[in-house]
Amino acid sequence: MKRVNAVVVGAGAGGGIVAKQLSVAGLSVALLERGKWYTENDCRKDDLRNQRTTVLGNAFGPEDAGNPRVWVDGKGVAHTVLPSEGSYQNNAACVGGGTLSYGAMAWRYMPQDFRMRSIYGAPEGSSLEDWPISYDDLEPYYEQAEYEIGVSGDYSGTPFKGPRKRDLPMPPLPPNREFEILEPAAKRLGLHPFHIPMARNSVPYNGRGPCMRCRWCCGFGCEEDAKNGSQNTVIPIAIGTGNCELRSGCMVKEILTDDRGRATGVAYYDADGRLQTQLADFVVVSACAIESARLLLNSKSRLFPDGLGNRHDQVGRNLQGHHYTGAIGFFDFDTYDDVGPGASIAISDYSHGTPGLRGGGILANEFIRLPIHMVDRLPGDIPRWGLKHKQAMRAFYKRNIVIMGPTQQIPTAEARVTLDPTVRDKWGLPVARISGNVHPHTFDIGEVQAKRAEAWLKEAGAISTSLMAYRPDSVSAGQHQAGTCRMGNDAQGSVVDRNCKLHDVDNVFVIDSSVHVNNGGFNPALTIMAIAYFASDALVRNWKGTGFRS
Amino acid sequence: MQSSGKRAVLTRRQFVAAGAVGGAAVAIGCKVNHQDGRDFLTTEQALTLGAITDQIVPADQFPSATQAGVLNYIDGQLVRHYRRHRDAYREGLERTDALSRKRFGRELAALTAAQQQEIVATLERQEPAFFNLVRNHTMEGYYGSPRHGGNRDAQSWRMLGLAEPPLRGRAQYDLRKGSAS
Repeated sequence: MKRVNAVVVGAGAGGGIVAKQLSVAGLSVALLERGKWYTENDCRKDDLRNQRTTVLGNAFGPEDAGNPRVWVDGKGVAHTVLPSEGSYQNNAACVGGGTLSYGAMAWRYMPQDFRMRSIYGAPEGSSLEDWPISYDDLEPYYEQAEYEIGVSGDYSGTPFKGPRKRDLPMPPLPPNREFEILEPAAKRLGLHPFHIPMARNSVPYNGRGPCMRCRWCCGFGCEEDAKNGSQNTVIPIAIGTGNCELRSGCMVKEILTDDRGRATGVAYYDADGRLQTQLADFVVVSACAIESARLLLNSKSRLFPDGLGNRHDQVGRNLQGHHYTGAIGFFDFDTYDDVGPGASIAISDYSHGTPGLRGGGILANEFIRLPIHMVDRLPGDIPRWGLKHKQAMRAFYKRNIVIMGPTQQIPTAEARVTLDPTVRDKWGLPVARISGNVHPHTFDIGEVQAKRAEAWLKEAGAISTSLMAYRPDSVSAGQHQAGTCRMGNDAQGSVVDRNCKLHDVDNVFVIDSSVHVNNGGFNPALTIMAIAYFASDALVRNWKGTGFRS
Repeated sequence: MQSSGKRAVLTRRQFVAAGAVGGAAVAIGCKVNHQDGRDFLTTEQALTLGAITDQIVPADQFPSATQAGVLNYIDGQLVRHYRRHRDAYREGLERTDALSRKRFGRELAALTAAQQQEIVATLERQEPAFFNLVRNHTMEGYYGSPRHGGNRDAQSWRMLGLAEPPLRGRAQYDLRKGSAS
């Protein structure tokens, strides 16, 4: 295998952008992805087998066979779990990663999200910290992500946002019926509703057409290729430079190091299961929070007996996702118009500034509910089965609105990824063991957010509502997983520096949601992308052709 | 993806064949191990499971669970994605009939609708793990995608008022506005 400048592990939101930025700058790149490369022709509308409803498996990986994890529940009992089970905390395994099938909300975090500890102080038992970079540092890179990946929407309705230099490149999709019901209600409450920014074409952009507004969006691949992820934007550009080779079906076993403590490349199993070595000048880990931590922990050597970058036992800690809360409103008129993607309107009034709460989150209407999504979302007095359930499905399927949002999660060091001592995957590698819990202040925020969602629905005319607020006894990660290789200036309390380089090793970088110090009160995809552009800039700037400027 | 495509074809073929003969005995394909065109369930198990699922989604002006192909869905998945639930079904259905015989002297399928409802309500209390499994699989088979052998002819989607087949390629422009010429 020919030596390359960079080997990038994982072709998702972060790795795809890094591969493109490096290969455009003239570096040679091997982009390794354990999953397959799907196209829009593979994007079937299967209500029971997608990345959101996974009862019959994940549509875009990993497969149930041979990819277990271990989940330790709140009582300390370990369970071996399958990728299609919720407690596995899956994202996806394919070219594009989560961005092939995500709902595609493309939020910028707010300036306050980068200074959480300074603004609020860390509650007891939490590891709440400030980021070593600010919103202003990321602003140009947010813009680059919005233009290169392609984002539609309109922030002009809200004053609660970070400063920006340019508007989004595409207008929002025309409002659906839920938007028209919710917008005046929010304004009557004194709130500031606006069009959700989405990585989805509303007009022709980047050589692809606009959204056809079907019912199958969040959790599905787009059969028209109107949803923008790394698989249909940056990765084709990377390959087009001639400098980047994408190898799908390749599972990286470990990062190899020499006796001076520098990485020399990676060992991986190719699509035929053969062990291969890819030598490289540097290694970029972009496998998403759980698998990136696992790969570092699995990369043990004489100099790094506890895994790469893990000298201070920080790799895998601060695992976080988003605790979603909200409310369902039931109406006596039709709210459903079968116009996708469904999610259309949001408020960011409650993201920060509530006395007594450390943060908050956006509230937005939910993506279109498929019939299977409604069977457990009927009014609380409806039995779970029988004629009344069936009648209620008919009565409320087209007469409900869900408002919810990702609550700013307060991180804890005890929520973590380690290696399971006994369970192995189909390649014989130790699997991720996920343990810990969510800091309880997160639930306090979530409960307040749920009541705010309920108030909005009532103002919009809901005749009854159900709150969606819980205090689960389990870690939260899933598709929004983050935090396991924290970015920081303190080499003992974090894993990477502000440019995403391991404190411990000069030529290994982690560029994905793992570096998030906290996860904001927003879907994290655009922030992962902005950090990837930011870190790639530093990589290219510091690259001298044979090594990095010190 | 390839293997799942193959599965879906088989399921559709079974579903068409089963529909054509109104559920009477039919043998199709080489994968069929049991009578009545099923892959896993015996006739006795199918009768008991059918009675449970028809309490979970009973008939009214719209089809019941079994009328919409829910048995076909569950039976098909028990040799595919739900192989791990085979024991739960075998044992759960046996216990259901034991409960039914103890309470009413006959198997569940032979009882009146009111008696069946009482047994299923008892199951929900006494056998929550088994009941929830069947309840959730019934909902999947009734409200899920027809490609897996349930929701025959997308009848539940039609019941909910969804356009079926859906309108595809719809643009976001409102064609009612503006001049007609």
